Amino acid sequence: MEEETIVENPRSQEQTGDVVSVGSDLLSGVTDKRRVRKYNLGDLLFKNLTVLFAVVVLMLVLLMAFEMYDGSKLSFQEFGTGFVTSSSWDPVEEDYGALPFMYGTIVSSLLALLIALPLSVGVAIFLSELAPSWVERPVSFMVELLAGVPSIVYGLWGIFVLVPWIRKTVEPFLSDHLGFLPLFRGAPYGFGMLAAGMILAVMILPIIASISRDVLRSVPRLQREAALAIGATQWETTRIVLRDSRSGILGATMLGLGRAIGETMAVTMVIGNRPEISFSLFDPGYTMASVIANEFTEATTEMYINALIEVAFILFVITIVVNMLARLLVWSATRKWK
Amino acid sequence: MPTKSIVLSLFLTFSGLSYAQTQLNGAGATFPYVLYSKWFDVYKQKTGVQFNYQSIGSGGGIKQIIEGTVDFGATDGPMKDEQLAETSKKQGVDVLHIPTVLGAVVVTYNLPQLGAGLKLTPETLAGIFLGEVTKWNDRRIASTNPGKNLSDQTIIVAHRSDGSGTSFIFTDYLSKVSKQWETKVGRGTSVRWPTGLGAKGNEGVAGLVKQTEGSIGYVELAYAVKNHLPYAWMKNKAGEFIEPTLESVSAAAAGAAKDMPEDFRVSITNADGKSSYPISGFTWLLVYKKNRDKSKGEALVNFLKWAMADGQSYASDLLYAPLPKEVIKLVEVRVQSIK
Repeated sequence: MEEETIVENPRSQEQTGDVVSVGSDLLSGVTDKRRVRKYNLGDLLFKNLTVLFAVVVLMLVLLMAFEMYDGSKLSFQEFGTGFVTSSSWDPVEEDYGALPFMYGTIVSSLLALLIALPLSVGVAIFLSELAPSWVERPVSFMVELLAGVPSIVYGLWGIFVLVPWIRKTVEPFLSDHLGFLPLFRGAPYGFGMLAAGMILAVMILPIIASISRDVLRSVPRLQREAALAIGATQWETTRIVLRDSRSGILGATMLGLGRAIGETMAVTMVIGNRPEISFSLFDPGYTMASVIANEFTEATTEMYINALIEVAFILFVITIVVNMLARLLVWSATRKWK
Repeated sequence: MPTKSIVLSLFLTFSGLSYAQTQLNGAGATFPYVLYSKWFDVYKQKTGVQFNYQSIGSGGGIKQIIEGTVDFGATDGPMKDEQLAETSKKQGVDVLHIPTVLGAVVVTYNLPQLGAGLKLTPETLAGIFLGEVTKWNDRRIASTNPGKNLSDQTIIVAHRSDGSGTSFIFTDYLSKVSKQWETKVGRGTSVRWPTGLGAKGNEGVAGLVKQTEGSIGYVELAYAVKNHLPYAWMKNKAGEFIEPTLESVSAAAAGAAKDMPEDFRVSITNADGKSSYPISGFTWLLVYKKNRDKSKGEALVNFLKWAMADGQSYASDLLYAPLPKEVIKLVEVRVQSIK
């Protein structure tokens, strides 16, 4: 099968044609040798092995999806589509609905993105365009260091530093000045959606910032010099560089979003863990990853475990959808701006 | 040739070891883990019997005992009837609950102007966790705390967000003392809390309470003692306000001993007795009545006998309440029936 396709390849035919026309007798040995090398056993093995690896990854994803579907059959049958539209989560009465968790995951992640995106793009611009190297190196190092902090450490920092600060400073300020918005109403607990969004923002900032910095750096130097040469200011030059690296920054953002959606420990520690949908950012919420981490170990009944696995399945689907959207965005962005 | 002999000698060594040493595998509750690992360590030095215990949570312990993947399980909440039936069907043997020590749940709070020793009645506690008592100067709280400085601060309720035996004991207690709680919320390792914030683990609840003025939550007794948290005195069934201590917890178990059911699956929350602290419960080891491996069965029986006798003395130091004598006697009889 493979031999045929290679021979039929027009390019290789053309090449052999040329060689043959020069002197088939003399070079026939060479061509034979090349032929033999082409179907070298090592190459063949290597190729098939890498194909196998690629297939294994694909199979793993499919297997995970299947296992989660299989593990949540009971709750699929019992609740059907009601599972994603119901807000009740009652392990005692065995009545499960995942809507508050989906809401919590999506809102906390978007909030994190809203805070982290301008910050990290700013950091990236500073590091790649403005900072002298004696500033740039240590700051870059610190940003990357942030990415390496374990999430439980972020969580503890959240409980002992961030949450009291939010309760005493941020929330009173917001309700005094922006209290007319439904977003900033309610009792200032400190623990809640706002704390979750902020801690996630800190966690995804280094990812978005360091990738964006690399993307900005990869814009050719000539581009900047050309802009400066025709009289553009620093800001105008930066805008040109930014426009060239839009798709890369978008990709970085999506990576950050992916991390925010899947983050478990730090969020659990500050979000207040209350399965309710409230438009106020001051109120406690709950995320999908958190409820699984919180309740799986002590879930004893079949239906309970099934419901939790179904939550995992939904999280899996949402993650895939987000990634696909990201691909689509990056793809359409590159096309438009080319 | 030398490699062969090395392999052979290695093989002989290891097979020799595994022959001489019985290893018992177990999994389950996290709450008694500190005590169990102490027990297993001491017992191994004494007898050479090795235990491998994974504290994966009560739910996991029950699941593994049903599936027969462990020699023993451990749980803070007793197995349900249908789970016992399932085990009998799958494994062909019955499961026994063996109480080992007692745990207690204390109500902790943050009221700097009040200090320690808040006194609460069961009705008030249920009211607070139902979201009906919302201010600290509510007359239901004030009436049991005369002369104490209580302001109109809002009560912020903190509860465990992770499934846990601590929550089970606490909600079991509330279900017993409040009809409304029983019908509206019920008992379980996780429940639908009518109000409040959820925090992960004892340390999460304690952290939340420590930082939030006007908050109230519940944690394990050991955790509260170790971290010097203020805790409330609870009014027990006999009408006395009781400070949670290891003694008052053991007293609760002694109060429950006289009508102990055959299988030890009993809740001792709201127990009888003048000096009983009302929010406490057993933690159990789950063992098969008849073990497939005879030597393992024997090892388990010997270990359990030791745990009832010498083992209990390790409990207090690690802040677990030891079983009262009355219960130890009952357990010792029951252990004899394990094969």
